[in-house]
Amino acid sequence: MIPAIVFSGVALAYGPVPVIEDLSLALAAGQTHCLIGPSGSGKSTILRSITGLSAPIRGEVKVLGRRVEHADAASQREANRGAGLVLQNGGLFPHLSVRDNVVLPAVLAGWSRERIEQRLMELEALVGLASELRARYPRALSGGQRQRVALARALFLDPPLLLLDEPLSSLDPQSRTELQEEMKRLFGSLARTVVLVTHDVPEALFLADTITLLDRGRVAQHGPAETIARHPASDWARTFVRSAAPRWRHMLGLVDGESP
Amino acid sequence: MTRRTLLALVIALAAITAALACRREPEAPVIRVASLRDVEGQVLGEMFAQLVESTGEARVERRLGLGGPGVVFAAFEAGEVDLVPQYSGSLAEELLREPRLTDFATIRRKVEALGYEVLGPLGFNNTYGIGVKREVAERFGLRRISDLRGRAWRGAVTPEFREAVTGLGAMVSAYRLALGDVRTMEHALSYVALARGEVDFVDVYTTDATIRAQDLVVLDDDLGAFVRYEGLVLARTGFAREYPRSWAALGQLVGRLSDATMTSLNGEFEIARRSPSLIAADFLTSLGIARPAARSEVAGDETPWVRLTLEHLGLVAVSLAMALAVGLPLGWWASQRPAVARSVLSLVGVIQTIPGIALLCFFIPVFGVGWEPAVYALAAYALLPIVQGVVTGLTQIDASLRDVAAVLGMTDRQRRRRLELPLAAPALIAGVRVAAVINVGTAALAALVGAGGYGTLIVTGLAINDWRVVMLGALPSAGMAMLIHALFAALESRASRWQ
Repeated sequence: MIPAIVFSGVALAYGPVPVIEDLSLALAAGQTHCLIGPSGSGKSTILRSITGLSAPIRGEVKVLGRRVEHADAASQREANRGAGLVLQNGGLFPHLSVRDNVVLPAVLAGWSRERIEQRLMELEALVGLASELRARYPRALSGGQRQRVALARALFLDPPLLLLDEPLSSLDPQSRTELQEEMKRLFGSLARTVVLVTHDVPEALFLADTITLLDRGRVAQHGPAETIARHPASDWARTFVRSAAPRWRHMLGLVDGESP
Repeated sequence: MTRRTLLALVIALAAITAALACRREPEAPVIRVASLRDVEGQVLGEMFAQLVESTGEARVERRLGLGGPGVVFAAFEAGEVDLVPQYSGSLAEELLREPRLTDFATIRRKVEALGYEVLGPLGFNNTYGIGVKREVAERFGLRRISDLRGRAWRGAVTPEFREAVTGLGAMVSAYRLALGDVRTMEHALSYVALARGEVDFVDVYTTDATIRAQDLVVLDDDLGAFVRYEGLVLARTGFAREYPRSWAALGQLVGRLSDATMTSLNGEFEIARRSPSLIAADFLTSLGIARPAARSEVAGDETPWVRLTLEHLGLVAVSLAMALAVGLPLGWWASQRPAVARSVLSLVGVIQTIPGIALLCFFIPVFGVGWEPAVYALAAYALLPIVQGVVTGLTQIDASLRDVAAVLGMTDRQRRRRLELPLAAPALIAGVRVAAVINVGTAALAALVGAGGYGTLIVTGLAINDWRVVMLGALPSAGMAMLIHALFAALESRASRWQ
């Protein structure tokens, strides 16, 4: 396995509150990794540390062989251009049109107009975004459209790393299912390293190659999605995984009631 | 587009600033004539100005109609003013701090010893008096101020009379009076209050034409509480040497203005509503001591609208530009630190609580009278809405957007320009709009410190108690405020299209 992201003895805090005490974890390149756990388990803070938005109190985070610095550092700024970020509400700039949001990374990177136009069309096709939406402001988009725009922006420079912080959790069930399907297809075809934070077990089981189960700042279990689903390592892990809706448990072939 | 509009606005402001700066660059020599805002001050100031102009020795800058004797003396001592009509009693009290001094020759000698130059006496004594309606005087048998004893008379007096050592206080203690409610108000208005029976007495200036027009009885100062206020010309050090012909021309006025003459000239302005420039010109011509070109620019006839508008707009634009130059970085700096933001906002909030007229006078010791103190005061006034706008605009930005900016690899400058400025723009423009509208209104007060603008008409209108003249100043000021409001509201809606 070639690790894309390595955490070595990392301690993190959210403001003054310690969130992660001692995280050591390696995430393989080219796979989709889910960080999953209840609210306050520190999963978003781990995601932030990958771009330097949260600086470790102890230990170090290495991304693609490079040690992460604080996001303000000029060299980190440069490194961050290699990562795409999607937030729960999309993280779109409200004062920019759909088009200006999507092409912003390329404008900042100084791409030519023709190259930007061509890439824009590619991405609209890739994430399923109608080009009629280009002139709209984010306010006038549905939740699903917003996430598609955010995905297109995150993928614009074709970064090796894609970071998603609960990207689907505020969507209605229908567009959520739709986007889950499309994201699975997308991640499979792009073969990029994806780190996805979610608190939704079925979503994690559906999308992830590996799952890191977090409980109050500690890794409760880490491994292939299948292993987590079938062999929870502790009572807590079992309870958490079983919180998935019955429909999903059925579809994923989980045994009801007792541990396998 | 929004950025371009803002840029255009800033450039326009800069251009106006530059134009005003050029306009204010005097081709030397210039003689600055100042006067009080009362009727007599404006007539005498105009007379002095025309006498100087008739010699061709210098260009005259008129700063007539200033807010009060304090303002005039502050300006004079700061070297902001060359020439001013004055009174022996005022010099004794304000300059020499010997309020009981009455002998003209002594006062002149002492004032000249301070380095100032005096021409006089001009011939009239415009002292304080107590005026009552004739019917009241007859009903209560009032002939002397002593007769006021034993009844709680209601009065209306000028702030000057209330403050002067030889004014209200001296009269009350000399005559051992127990007065009722004595209100302070603008001189011309106290005559209105008297006519309407809202007060029983007013302080009069003995050369006021209204005394005769309203048929008032001026009570005899039988105990001599009031000192003499003999009219004179006061000039700054070195004036006579530098402008000998002007000095000689002014000298022709000595002894030529009797009480009756002065009263009738005041009446031409106050009662007949002729402009002081015409009154002065006619009088000087009648004496044969000068044949100056008549100027007329007050009391509504041939009002110099372009100049007043430019002055008013200039005050607002330049003060706004200054407030932006300070307020934008201050607000940005404060918005980074919530605790600092609170202190900064309450600090600039304190400025806002100072009454406009007080704030205008605040800067006189530093900048003298005229344009500068007004611009600085207005800029200080505009600070709160602007800083508030910046802080509101910046602090309401979703923190996660700054994270996105960092992950997009934006530099600080790019983040400010592409994210923070456009997102804060609607609140910021709203702040500037409020500041501008407040300043249009407050700038109307600036005439009291000699900064010109529409307030000139309001001050004149008050001095002669003519509401039409007041409205001539107030309406365009309101119109300008509405226009500016509309302009910024349009900018604001442009900048918030995305909301």
